[in-house]
Amino acid sequence: MAFFSNRIKEVFLSPLNILNPVLVQVLGICSALAVTSQLKPAIVMGIAVTIITAFSNLIISVLRTTIPTRIRIVVQLVVVAALVTIVSQVLKAFAYDVSVQLSVYVGLIITNCILMGRLEAFAMQNTPLQSFVDGAANGLGYGMILVIVGGIRELLGRGTLLGYQIIPDVAYEHGYLNNGTMTMPAMALIVIGIIIWVHRAYFYKNDK
Amino acid sequence: MDHIITLFFRSIFVDNMIFAFFLGMCSYLAVSKNVKTSIGLGLAVTFVLCVTVPVNYLLQTLVLGPDCLIKGVDLSYLAFILFIAVIASIVQLVEMVVERFSPALYGALGIFLPLIAVNCAIMGASLFMQQRIGLDPSSPQYIGSILDALVYALGSGIGWTLAIVSLGAIREKMAYSDVPKPLQGLGISFIVVGLMALAMMCFSGLKL
Repeated sequence: MAFFSNRIKEVFLSPLNILNPVLVQVLGICSALAVTSQLKPAIVMGIAVTIITAFSNLIISVLRTTIPTRIRIVVQLVVVAALVTIVSQVLKAFAYDVSVQLSVYVGLIITNCILMGRLEAFAMQNTPLQSFVDGAANGLGYGMILVIVGGIRELLGRGTLLGYQIIPDVAYEHGYLNNGTMTMPAMALIVIGIIIWVHRAYFYKNDK
Repeated sequence: MDHIITLFFRSIFVDNMIFAFFLGMCSYLAVSKNVKTSIGLGLAVTFVLCVTVPVNYLLQTLVLGPDCLIKGVDLSYLAFILFIAVIASIVQLVEMVVERFSPALYGALGIFLPLIAVNCAIMGASLFMQQRIGLDPSSPQYIGSILDALVYALGSGIGWTLAIVSLGAIREKMAYSDVPKPLQGLGISFIVVGLMALAMMCFSGLKL
C-alpha cells in the first residue's frame, strides 16, 4: 500500500526512537520542562504540539514552492502563530483549567524549536504527505518524553497519576514520604538528564 | 521607585528565565560551550528583550487590550501573531547591526542569531508581561507602565546572561572531568543546570 511505503514508515518511526527530537536533537526543551510537573498538562501539551507540528508541516509543504526563500521564516512564523492561536482558543473554551495551568507555555509553542526545525529541515523539501507524517511523528516523540517525565514527577512528587492516588495508604503509614523536590522546576532538568543518559547508553551499545 | 527595584531584582534572581521558567533552553544549551560566546549571546538576548518587551507593552495597552481600538472589542487573541512579528523584525535588525559592526561576534554566534527570533525567552517575556498587566498593582510582579516593562526586560536579560555565562564557565571546567561516555555533553549539562536551579531556589524567599 502506497501510504505505508518504506519511506513513510522510516519518517514516522525514527523520531520516536533513534532521532527523538527532545533527547537527541535537543529541540523544544523549554516547554518540555515547564509543563511536566503533572501528567495531565503534559499529555495536553503533547497533543497540542503534535497537532500543530503536523498541520504546520502540511501547510508549509503545500506552499513550499510558492514561498520566496528570503521571507520564508516570516511565512512559517505566521502559519505557526495562526495555528497556535486556534489551539489556544480551543483550549480556553473546552479545557479552561488545563489552559490556566499551561499559562504562557501554549503561546510559547510558536517559538518551540521543534516546529521551526521540522519546517526548515523537512517540510521545505518534501511532499505534503511525508511532511504531515514527519510532523505528527516528531510531535508524538516530543509528547512521549513529556508523558514519561510528567509521569515520573507526578508519581514521585505527589504519589498520584492524573490525580488518582497510586501509592497505597499503607506505604504512607509505614513512613513513605512524597518527594517534594520532584514538583519543583529544578528536578525536571535532572530527570531529563537521566533519561538522556539511559537513552544514549542504550543506543550507543547498539551501534558497537 | 521601590517597586522598580523589587521588580528588577526579582526578575534577575527569583523569576529567572532559565531556572524558574526554562525559557530559551535550546540556545542556552547549544551555545554555552564557552564563556566568550555565552557573553555574546547573553548580550544579544538582553538587547532584544529591552527593545521588544516595551514595544509589545505599547502594542498590548494601546491596540490589543479591551476597548482600545474599537469599543467593546478585545483583540488579545491576536497577541501571538503580532508579538512574533515584532520580535522577528527586531531580530532581523539586530542581526544586520551585528554583522556590520562586529563580524567576529557574528561569526561566533553563527546560526544562533536568527534563532533568537524563535528563542522562547524573548517571546516568553512578552507573554509574561501581557499576563502581569492584569495582576494586582500591589504585587511585586505587576507591570503597570512602560518603565516597568523596560526594567522587567532588563532584569530578565541580565538573569539570562548570568545563567548562560555561569553554565559556560562550568562547561569549560568540565572538559577536564571524567564523565561517563553516554552522559557526556548534553546529559551532564542538564544535570548541572538542574543543580544550579536548585541552588537558585534559595533566592525564592527574597524580600526587598
